[in-house]
Order: sequence, then structure tokens, then C-alpha cells
Amino acid sequence: MTRPTGRPGPSRRAVLKGGAAMAGAAAFPAPFVHAQDPVTLRYLSTAVNQSPAIAAKASEELGINIEYIAVNTDEVARRVITQPNSFDLVDTEYFALPNLVPSGNMKGMDANRIDRIGDLASVIASGTVEGEAVGWDGTAPHEVLYLEDQMGTSFAGAPTDWITLIPTTYNADTLGIRPDLIDKDITSWASLLDPDFAGKSAILNIPSIGIMDAAMALEARGDITYGDKGNMTREEIDFTIEKLIEAKRAGQFRAFWSNFQESVNLMASGEVVIQSMWSPAVTAVRTQGIPCIYQPLAEGYRAWASGFGLPRTIDGRKEDAAYEFINWFLSGWAGAHLSKQGYYPAVLETAQQYMEPYEWAYWYEGEAAAEDIYAPDGRLLEEAGAVRDGGSYVERMGSVACWNAVMDENQYMVRKWNEFIAA
Amino acid sequence: MSDAADTIAETRGNRVSARPRRASRREGHGAAPYLQAAPMALVFLVFFLLPLAATIVVSFWQYTQYSIEPAFTAQNYGDVFRGCLADLPDLCTTFVTYLSTLKFGVIVWACTLTLGFTIAYFLAFHVRTLKVQVIFFLLCTIPFWTSIVIRMISWIPLLGRNGLINQTLISMGVIDTPLEGLLYSDFAVVLALTHLYTLFMVVPIFNSLMRIDRSLIEAARDAGASDLQTLVSVIIPLARPGMLIGSIFVTTVVLGDFLTIGIMGGQQIASVGKVIQTQMQFLQFPLAAANAVILLLAVLAGVWALLKLVDIRKEL
Repeated sequence: MTRPTGRPGPSRRAVLKGGAAMAGAAAFPAPFVHAQDPVTLRYLSTAVNQSPAIAAKASEELGINIEYIAVNTDEVARRVITQPNSFDLVDTEYFALPNLVPSGNMKGMDANRIDRIGDLASVIASGTVEGEAVGWDGTAPHEVLYLEDQMGTSFAGAPTDWITLIPTTYNADTLGIRPDLIDKDITSWASLLDPDFAGKSAILNIPSIGIMDAAMALEARGDITYGDKGNMTREEIDFTIEKLIEAKRAGQFRAFWSNFQESVNLMASGEVVIQSMWSPAVTAVRTQGIPCIYQPLAEGYRAWASGFGLPRTIDGRKEDAAYEFINWFLSGWAGAHLSKQGYYPAVLETAQQYMEPYEWAYWYEGEAAAEDIYAPDGRLLEEAGAVRDGGSYVERMGSVACWNAVMDENQYMVRKWNEFIAA
Repeated sequence: MSDAADTIAETRGNRVSARPRRASRREGHGAAPYLQAAPMALVFLVFFLLPLAATIVVSFWQYTQYSIEPAFTAQNYGDVFRGCLADLPDLCTTFVTYLSTLKFGVIVWACTLTLGFTIAYFLAFHVRTLKVQVIFFLLCTIPFWTSIVIRMISWIPLLGRNGLINQTLISMGVIDTPLEGLLYSDFAVVLALTHLYTLFMVVPIFNSLMRIDRSLIEAARDAGASDLQTLVSVIIPLARPGMLIGSIFVTTVVLGDFLTIGIMGGQQIASVGKVIQTQMQFLQFPLAAANAVILLLAVLAGVWALLKLVDIRKEL
């Protein structure tokens, strides 16, 4: 089978289909079919990123089997670093890259083989929304998007042909609140440390992100101005942890949450009335019939993004299949599927083609839903007339203040975090 | 491999035991016992000793954010005890963490021992038929019927701010505002651990109690001992091996626990296991390994101290 080298010419799918047909014909006389078994891609990521519907659709349209390997966030990074041959495709967060790339276990993706490389959302590709720069504190995706060369272990300052991760989903987190249990207006991250909510607030248990929640709150309260919240100096870490210990001793926090379900449980049970949340978690609380608001704040959002990467060990048919799957992923169906769950996809234009105009207007343009809004699995999410929290795509992603990050002073931060937990 | 070893061990064992006792004496000290012990020894070697050796080796390695490199440095151990002398009388993180873990170890040990002994006593002396004993035993294993995740989640509707207990107390007029300390607190941790590990006490203590010669108790009564005197002077001393084995189970499990303490403590209560977990989360394997080695030493020291209390080989 030939490998298309440039974008002009037959599409990859056509070539593969043709190849499969020829192989099918050739297979009749002698059963050499095993050489043409459908390729299976082992897809490593957290469970939240693994939609069975996407795997089924990919299998149907491409003849590629997707075998999900579901592990937690830490384990994704550990696998990449310690067992790069145990998966074919990884869906990981950009903030993990400063740890993953220097290990030499990631293979740069050839931009020329990604059909829609030019259409990637600008917030990922260049850190801008409609030409305006968003906040770049932390590990902003565009800063870690390119490698010097295919097997490079350092990031390129300017765009190159070698991509670290092709975005799958991204979004912006803010404070989620229980409006029925809070009787004041929440407009700032500072409310996370508001003594009125003592014993009723929560932060993330992932130290590198939890400390950023705290940093957003401390800066909003006027205690400190950080150089870069996502890459603190030792003095800034000391100060932040000291304030966190103060808050903890005053009984500010009810619990720290580690995963999606925990954050939903804490909120739904009323144990916590204010905590940093991401939009699908807010939706999950609301589908239980419990009021919950994804509250836009003056200081902006803490954003995150994850994307597809290739392990160093991939080659041959598997590599071809991985590119084919990624190109399919960007071609719209998957993007629309994810959009209808509240995520944002890498390429907006193609996702739009697979969504009804009223759905697009609700999810992306901040308009009131003209009809009832359903999740892809058929659950009713919002009734007609509802407006999405946080407004349009531009309002949300345009107000990003910082990105999930791993700091240079990571080891020091972990030590201080343990001190905080022990305090 | 181990199947083959099993078979060999079995056939050898059969042959040996089939022979007249006198003739087999020498062979009994030959290969057969070793072969019989081989499968378990192999499992221990491959799945316990090798990983343990690897942990010890790695604890002397160096690490960066994305790699670990062979080396021989005591740096990791130094980091674990950083500030422990300099900051005195303030306690360093490691000491605070160990104290917290130890505190739970002692409290849970006391709770499970009391509960476990009471339950085992009831099962051994008050339940008369084997069938009922078995049924009650199965009841004791209920906590293990569900996965830890489900168990942990189901504490929320019971102990939570709007949980069953708080609602009941409020409706009874006992309290006006919900008790916050029921969940995500020391109390919650102790409750969950006790709930989980009491069985580990019940089983060995029950075993010890069942082996007590009933005529000893009769003799105590005949000699005029009260029930309490019989309990303190006859039954408890004879139940010591079971209490000790149970204590070893419970304390070692609690000292290494991070899941239960983490979830029931709202992730705000320090435990050694949690420190190790956080370090692994950030790929600081050598540091985590050093912590694990120190924890292992601490636990071994505890077990050693417990074994000093009772000569377990003699008692069994």
C-alpha cells in the first residue's frame, strides 16, 4: 500500500479502501487475509476521554478497531514514560508534556499528514481567540505544541512540522456553586476562601492544579500578585501553601476531590457548595435535578486541553492507522459528539457541520436553546429556552486566565503540598 | 512451572508417606519438604522479594521530573527527614505524618480489638451450633462484599451533612444544626477502618477461643471464680495468640492505608501511604521508594515489638 506524501491527490481513506478491496480480491485464491486484519489501535487515556460511540463510529467508517485502555491521569503519564510500547495512541493533557517530551518516548506527529492542521482552534494553536491573546500562565498549549524535530526532546519556539499533541478536547474550569445553598452573588475566585463558606468549599486533590485554584483565589483576594500562577517561584509556593494551611486550620475545606465523579458527588450531596469544576461535571449535577451553576468570574477561567500523541515505538500500518483515525477525528462527527457533551473540539468548523443549527447556537454562540437540548446518548440536558453557563465559546475561551500546568519547581511544590496535607 | 513443581511435590509426598515411617525418616529431611514449600517460596520470591529488592535499590537512585537514574545516593532519605532535626521542637512533615498514621493505628487497633474480642467471644461461647456460627461469620464479611469505591461513596448519604444520621437527629430534636464531624474527619476515618478490619480480629481470636479446653473454664468455676475472673485470668490469657495475630493484621494494614484515610478524611488527613501516592503521582519514584522502605522498617519494628509480647511459636 502506498503512503500519500502530500495533501493533494487521493484522500487517505480512498487509498485505504482501494487497498482493502484489492487485498480482498487477492485474498480469494489463497487465504492470506491475516496480513490485512483490521488494525487495532490501543488508545491510552483517562476514562472520561473514552467514548464508546466514537470507537464504534471509527470502526464502522474506517475499519480500525479502537481498544480503550482506561487509567487515571497519573497513570497515563507513568505509562508514557515507562512503557511506551504498551499503547499506540495516547490522549493526554498538554500540561503533562514538559514531563513526557524530555523522556524521548513521544514521537512528533508529521503536520503534513494531518489534513486539518491549518484549522486547529486558535486558542490551542496560538493562544488567541478572535485575534486577542488569552492568559498564558501555566502550560499554555501553543507553547508546547511543536517539537524541534520528530524525535526531539525539547519544544520549538516557533511552529515546525512536528506536533506534540493534536487536540481532542479542551475547556475552561471555573467555580461551580449551589445557588440554592448560597445566598450571595459569586463574582470572584476569592469566594473559594470566603469564611462564609467555611467547611463547604473544596479544591482539587491534584496538587499542581489544586495550588492553581488557590492561587486564583489568593490573587483575587489581593494577597499576592503572581509572576506566573502556573510556574511559581519558591517564595510564591511558600506563600501560597502558608495561606492554604491557614485556611485548612480554619476549617475552610470540606474535602479535596480527585476525579470527575467525586466532584459531582460532593456537589450533589450538598457537602460542598462552592468548588472549582468543569462544565460537564456541572451538567452531571444538574441532570440529577439539583441546581448547580458554572459561575463565570471576573478573573477568568483555568483552562485545560488534551490531545492525541504518538509513542516513540509506533510505525508501519499502526502509524498509518493512527494518522487516519486522527484525521477522521478532526473531520467533524467526533467533534460534534463531544460538543454535545459540553467539550470543545480541535476543529470547530467541521463539528458545526455535524450539529443542528440550534445546537450550535446553544453550545457555541451563547444563545437560548430554540429546542430541547439532548446529550448524544439521548438524555435531556436542557429544555428549550436555556442559555449555556458562561456564554459563548468566545466569551469562555476568550476569558482564560491560566492553564493547568506542571511547574519548574514541581518537586519543591510536591514537598510543600505534603506539608499542607500534614498540617 | 509451579504446576509441575506442585505435581512433583505431591507425588514425592505420597510416596514418602506411603512408606513405613522408619524408612522415611531420612527422606523426610531430604527434598520432599523443600519441594512442597517450593511453589509458595517461588511466589514469594517473584512477587514479594524481587519487587522489595527493586524498591530498596530504587530508593538510592536519582530522579528528575521525567526520569530515574541509577545511582547510589542517600539524598532521598535525607529529603524524607528534611528539617526533622533543624526544626525542632516543631515537628517536620514526616514526623507529623507518621504521628497521624500511628494515631489511627492505635485507635483502630483498640476499637477492633474490643469489638473483635466481644464478637469472637459471643460466637465461640454463646452460639451453640456450627451452622449458626457459620452464618454469623458470613455476616461479619459483609463489608467485603462490595468494592471499596462503592463502600466509600455510600458513607456520604449516611454520615453526610444532609445524611441519614443528621436528619434523624435533627428530626428527633437532639441537635439543631447538622454535625459536620461525622464525615471527612478523624471520626469518619476510624469508623471506616474499624468497620473494615474488625473481621481480621474476629477470625484469629475466634480460632484461639475455640481451642480453649472447656474443662478449664469449668475448673475455674468450680474453684469459685466469678465470670469476670474467669474471663481475665483464663480466657484472655489463652486468647492472646489470636489477639496478637489480629493485632498484627490490623496495625500493618492501617499503617499502610491511604485509600480509606484519604477518602474518609476528605483527602485532608495525612498518612504515609498518601505521601507515597502523591510522590508517585509526580513520578518521584526514588523518593516514594525511600518513604516505602522507611514505612516498612517502621511496620517491621512494630511487629517485632508485638511478637516480643507473646512467643507465638510456643502458643500455636
